Parts: sequence; C-alpha cells; structure tokens
Amino acid sequence: MTVPASLLGLLEREPSHGYDLKRDYDQLFGRGKPLPYGQVYATLSRLARDGKVIAAEVEPGAGPERKRYVITEHGVGELEAWLAEPVPAEPSLQSVLFVKVVLALISGRPAETYLDAQRAAHLQRMRELTEVKRSGRTVDALLADHGLFHLEADLRWIDLTAARLGRLAEEVRS
Amino acid sequence: MTETLLRAVGVELAFGATPALRGAAVEVAQGEMLAVMGPSGSGKSTLLHCLAGILVPDAGEIWLGDQRVDALPESARSALRRERFGFVFQFGQLVPELTAEENVALPLLLGGTRRPAATARAREWFAKLGLDGLEGRRSGELSGGQAQRVALARALVVEPDVLFADEPTGALDSLTGEHVMELLTTAAREHGTTVVLVTHEPRVAAYADREVVVRDGRVTSLVPAP
Repeated sequence: MTVPASLLGLLEREPSHGYDLKRDYDQLFGRGKPLPYGQVYATLSRLARDGKVIAAEVEPGAGPERKRYVITEHGVGELEAWLAEPVPAEPSLQSVLFVKVVLALISGRPAETYLDAQRAAHLQRMRELTEVKRSGRTVDALLADHGLFHLEADLRWIDLTAARLGRLAEEVRS
Repeated sequence: MTETLLRAVGVELAFGATPALRGAAVEVAQGEMLAVMGPSGSGKSTLLHCLAGILVPDAGEIWLGDQRVDALPESARSALRRERFGFVFQFGQLVPELTAEENVALPLLLGGTRRPAATARAREWFAKLGLDGLEGRRSGELSGGQAQRVALARALVVEPDVLFADEPTGALDSLTGEHVMELLTTAAREHGTTVVLVTHEPRVAAYADREVVVRDGRVTSLVPAP
C-alpha cells in the first residue's frame, strides 16, 4: 500500500506526470531503491481504474507517456484514511535468530559465538547508518534513525539472550 | 597497516578479592576510534583507566607507542595524562568555581602555557564546538549538553594523542547526546586523534570505527561475518 499511497500523496500537492512522480518518490523515499517506471505506471493505472486518480490529458511530445494525473476526491479520502491508520505495532520477532540459538544450544554448538556474529553484523549496519546520518539531509537522518533504533532494540534482545543462555540451555535440553 | 598506538597485554587487576580484569588484551591503532562495550560491571571502565595510566594493573602491560605506561612512576603517568591524553566522563568534570573558559584553559595552564596564550587557544575551541558566548559561565549555569561540550573542549585543547571518553553521553538525552558525539567524532577525525570510547549504548558505539566487548574482565573482538 505504501507506493499507491505515496503517489496519491504526491499527486495531492499538484497534478503530475508519471516521470515527475517517480523522480519525487525516489528523492523522498527511494533511499537506494528507486521505483521502477513499470511500477509507477502500473500503480497509476490501478489508481485510475479504481477512480482514485484520473489521467487528465495526453500532452504532445516525443519520449515517454505524457499523461498528467490528477487525484480525485475518492483518492484524497483514501489517502486520508491511510494516513490516519496506525501502522500495526508488530514486534519484529527475532524468529530466525531465536531458532539458531535454540538449535545451537540443543546440539551443544557455540550459541554465544553466533550471537556475537549477529551483534557484529548489527553494529556494522549501525555504523553505516550513522555515516548516512552524519553526511545526509534531515530526511536521510530521520530514516537512518528509524533503522538505528530498530537495530538497537534487536541488540538489546541479543544482549539479554546472551545473558540468559545458561537458563535457556537448561530449558531446551530438558 | 596502521600503526598501533595503544596496547594492553594480558592485563589483570583486582579490587580486593574481586577480579575486575582477567587477562584483558586490546590494541588501538593510531587515529582509530574504538568503542569498548559490555554490560555493567564487566570491567570496561577499569580497562579504560588502565589504558590511560590512571590505574596500574596487578599484572600485564600497557604500551603507548614504544613507551611502557604501567612501569612509569605516578609523576610521569600524571604528566602523560596531562600532556598526551584527554578525558571526557559522564558527570561532574568541570571545576565549579571556574568559568567555562578557565575550565578549558586549565590543562594548558597546568602544563605551563602562559594565560593569554592558554585563553586564546581555549577560545578557538569555543568556536569549534558552538560554545561562543558561554565563556564566562560557571558549570552551574550550563545545560548538560553545554557542560559536556565544554568538557570536550577541555579534553581536546591540549591536542591529545588519545581521547578517553567514558559514557560521554550517559547523562544526556538522545538528541543532545548525538550532538556531542557528532562534535567529538568530527574533531577527532580532523585532528587524527585516537579515541577510546566506553559506552553501553550501541547508537553511541556506532560512531566508532570498531568495537570490542568486555565480558568478565576479558576482551572479545567482534568480527562481522565475511
């Protein structure tokens, strides 16, 4: 839903061409993952089919499609509803890592070493995000912070798990 | 390969019957920023104090370049701390009777620099760390973040070879702490200062080039998987 909602949000500012929408999307939300043109036009087609945008007119000119898209009232309503709805507060359970730890303990392998490797990987990513934050714009810094806080939460879980490995081993081996 | 500036080898230290360090070993390269992490009571601050020549280990060696720090008499270690090391701690490091400017100039004055020169050099750091206008304030008149920046200026004014920072953002809120870390990192990189940063906060450690974890008095290096 994020891409359709983002395009609706960008269209609410002003009617735009697919090309401009892609450029603005990449600039604000892309972060190294630019939106493919195919997805822009496929999304716009679906939004038009569902009456959330209309393709105003085809402008003359060479090159790619020159349709200007305009958001409809229905589209604005959809955008408002999406904005107001809280994102599900799903804890990102460390299921894979948890399974690794439990299996390591059951089989007598070095669970703490595995946790340390994960810790190192997390800290490496945090270093990269910190560099993004130090050198980037506020938009980049806020996105980097979001990642940093989540990684930090994971690390706390890793620390607690490392501290409880003895108890966990007793439980899973019994 | 970058040259090792600071090195601990097989360091052991006990407080009474309680062992704090049990064979701790770590190397810090010239210009590197190393984060020392670990749970409370793991020995990370004790390791910093040994590296900085504040504590003398019961066994093992501390080297600064080719100089063996732990073998030096207290007077020589004190001179080393004053001239080649800078320190930032979590709390209460400014002399409350002195103004911010006098606090920053203090290490230079203690090292024999004349007052006008010491004050001029202190003022340069006020500008660098965004402290202009606060020169005349005493520590009680500074916010936590301002006080920590003054402490950072005082640590850096002697242009130390090594900056030791023990939980430097521990008493600050996230945003202020980040500001202090940003300034610390920028200043250290600009001057090629080696930094030993003790912290339990991953977001603070993420400013460092590398981190080690102290557990039960021993040091573990974290090596990311290939």
